[in-house]
Amino acid sequence: MFKTFPSGGIHPPELKLTGSAPILYLPVPETVTIPVSQHIGAPAVPLVSKGDYVKTGQLIAAGQGFVSSNIHSSVSGKINKIDTIIDSTGYRQSAIFIDVEGDEWIDSIDRSSEIIREIKLTTPEIIKRCQESGIVGMGGAAFPSHVKLAIPSGKNCNILIINGVECEPFLTSDHRLMVEKAAEIITGVSILMKALNVDNAMIGIEANKPDAIACMTEEASLVRGISVHGLKVKYPQGAEKQLIKALTNKEVPHGKLPLDLGIVVQNVATAFAIYEAVQKNKPLFERVVTITGKSLTNPGNYFVRTGTPIVRLIDAAGGLPEDTGKIISGGPMMGKAVNNTGVPVVKGTSGIVLVPLEDAKRETIKPCIRCAKCSSVCSFNQEPYLMMALAERGLWERAEASGITDCMECGSCSYVCPANRPILDYIRLGKSTVNKLKRERNAK
Amino acid sequence: MSNLFNISPSPHTHGPETTDKLMRGVVLALIPALLASVFYFGTGALIVTATSVISCVGFEYLIQRFILKKPVSITDGSAVVTGILLAFNLPSNLPVFIIIIGSLVAIGIAKMTFGGLGNNPFNPALVGRVFLLISFPVQMTTWPLPKGFQTGYIDALTGATPLAVIKEGIKNGESLVNLMEKIPSTLRMFLGNMGGSMGEVAAIALLIGFAYLLFKKIITWHIPVSIIGTVAVFTGILWLSNPGSFADPLFHILTGGLLLGAIFMATDYVTSPMNPKAMIIYGCGIGLLTVVIRVWGAYPEGVSFAILIMNAFVPLMNLYIKPKRFGEEIKNG
Repeated sequence: MFKTFPSGGIHPPELKLTGSAPILYLPVPETVTIPVSQHIGAPAVPLVSKGDYVKTGQLIAAGQGFVSSNIHSSVSGKINKIDTIIDSTGYRQSAIFIDVEGDEWIDSIDRSSEIIREIKLTTPEIIKRCQESGIVGMGGAAFPSHVKLAIPSGKNCNILIINGVECEPFLTSDHRLMVEKAAEIITGVSILMKALNVDNAMIGIEANKPDAIACMTEEASLVRGISVHGLKVKYPQGAEKQLIKALTNKEVPHGKLPLDLGIVVQNVATAFAIYEAVQKNKPLFERVVTITGKSLTNPGNYFVRTGTPIVRLIDAAGGLPEDTGKIISGGPMMGKAVNNTGVPVVKGTSGIVLVPLEDAKRETIKPCIRCAKCSSVCSFNQEPYLMMALAERGLWERAEASGITDCMECGSCSYVCPANRPILDYIRLGKSTVNKLKRERNAK
Repeated sequence: MSNLFNISPSPHTHGPETTDKLMRGVVLALIPALLASVFYFGTGALIVTATSVISCVGFEYLIQRFILKKPVSITDGSAVVTGILLAFNLPSNLPVFIIIIGSLVAIGIAKMTFGGLGNNPFNPALVGRVFLLISFPVQMTTWPLPKGFQTGYIDALTGATPLAVIKEGIKNGESLVNLMEKIPSTLRMFLGNMGGSMGEVAAIALLIGFAYLLFKKIITWHIPVSIIGTVAVFTGILWLSNPGSFADPLFHILTGGLLLGAIFMATDYVTSPMNPKAMIIYGCGIGLLTVVIRVWGAYPEGVSFAILIMNAFVPLMNLYIKPKRFGEEIKNG
């Protein structure tokens, strides 16, 4: 019997078209556009200017303050310009444009394929290396890893949880990484355990990836304290709090963080990036991206340099299908729709999903029949229909009391609603308004 | 860029469920009971059902089209469900004009005046049924006895429902042992071979529908099980305390439309609570009120009234009975 979190959750069609497609290297493009903010926190500040020559792996923008992240060049070449772009989240931000010349890496990176298991760095050195290498959480939120690893005084971490759930339909980048790079990931987990000073790491993987469970279990058996756990397939199990509940049966209390329970969660792709940073001295400028969609001729998984426009990925997968109606950066449940194919791949891009036009439209909104299916699938046991109604009517105080800001926007309520009501859209409106009102109140 | 792409917030995919599908599922779950009523009461059952469905859908169309002047939504199937449920609560030989009046009350007064689907506080079919019960007491309580399949309306052979037999008998001082001999055996009642509203008689057909609804996840077990459980426990206590004057729990469960009410009427999405805790309280309330009305009230059966009374509490229950949220701290002591 596989474990899972108890209440709520859905099981959308898995559609993992690329689960057995080996990871290929996408050729380096002619130009890259590297945004200076690919993480949660303050944007990095560019260290280069127009005309400068940079090497692959060179620091080109420095993180500002503690909660921020360094940005490295993913290619070698000349800086063309530093300009404003609209990124995959739809916001304007600065980006560094580089015209590629060859592929000359900085010397400090160990480019051999040898797997180094012995960890020479001390705990503070590991955290410093993560910060220098611009490591961020690669499951989606892109939270700087060195912040997560620096345990504030008075708090203790005793369990490390590694997220290999990948519960979004379509996406397989973590899946393939676990199959092909298990040794590296497990070494990355050991590094994280050393950094956090914990003896116990639990790796959660959903049961629809038996090959990944097998590879990871085999590698984990070589290291003390790491256990691999198969989980029942259920969305949103990859959400931090739901994964903790599934693996440890502990509930992160309302308004608290996993660390308050002595738990830190990291994604498998992050563990891989940390392995490369610590053992190979390679900064984060490349990641696995799944390019997929029902109409694509050749969907697959690729190692992609950050800043690569997604059109390169689409071309590698057989070109943009005629019927494409929507392009999603991320999975279909929580990903962001992008409006053009020039959007660059960033540290948090796990996949690109091309949706045919007939699936890209929303159906007509009908009256709520009060079937309560939204409440029954809510993994936070909340009442989405009510939060929507309160946000629709602008009743912000009651929306706040209903716990609207706890919602993590997994979208299960909108997915399941038989009347096609835009529940999550209104919850987002309510969340942002309530948060704004809270900030104003605190400012007084 | 030659292509224009759709932009919308997540999620970018939708599940297979739609309102129309859910309503079709309910209609399918009602088919066994419809077949049973045709089997017992003949084509009269079909005439009543067809009249009720056609007039419910028709009134919804007319009101939306000509009075509200809004888009017509009869294809969602909710009026069909109301029509079938109203028919199931009527005797199988009810004059057609009375059925049409019932449909007008159900759709026009109980549903559309409140704003249509999703906004009505009371179950439309039950409002229609109770309106008819009060307005046409004789026609509404003249039950044809099941005589096997036959065509046309049955005129001659009518009789009281088992509940009415017991209620009248006890009022007239007859002993329960004698009365129990006048009513059909438990097996006959389970199969539906007794007088009553056309859709309520065959327990087995209703239970098949229940299984289908659960299997298709259209409803959850909470409301039906808590209603039936409460009736069983309450009547069980009465029966054990004085078997001479109170009927046994099984009799109460198989008669008077309790199963029809518990499975199909009380579980109506719009008029029932929206979380499991409130659903159980709602179900227990219906069970308690049903027994109180049956045993001590003026009417022999009380399911309709019990559901309508509890319908009135649903908004309050949704407001004050809340599920335990994830990560909510459990209060100590």
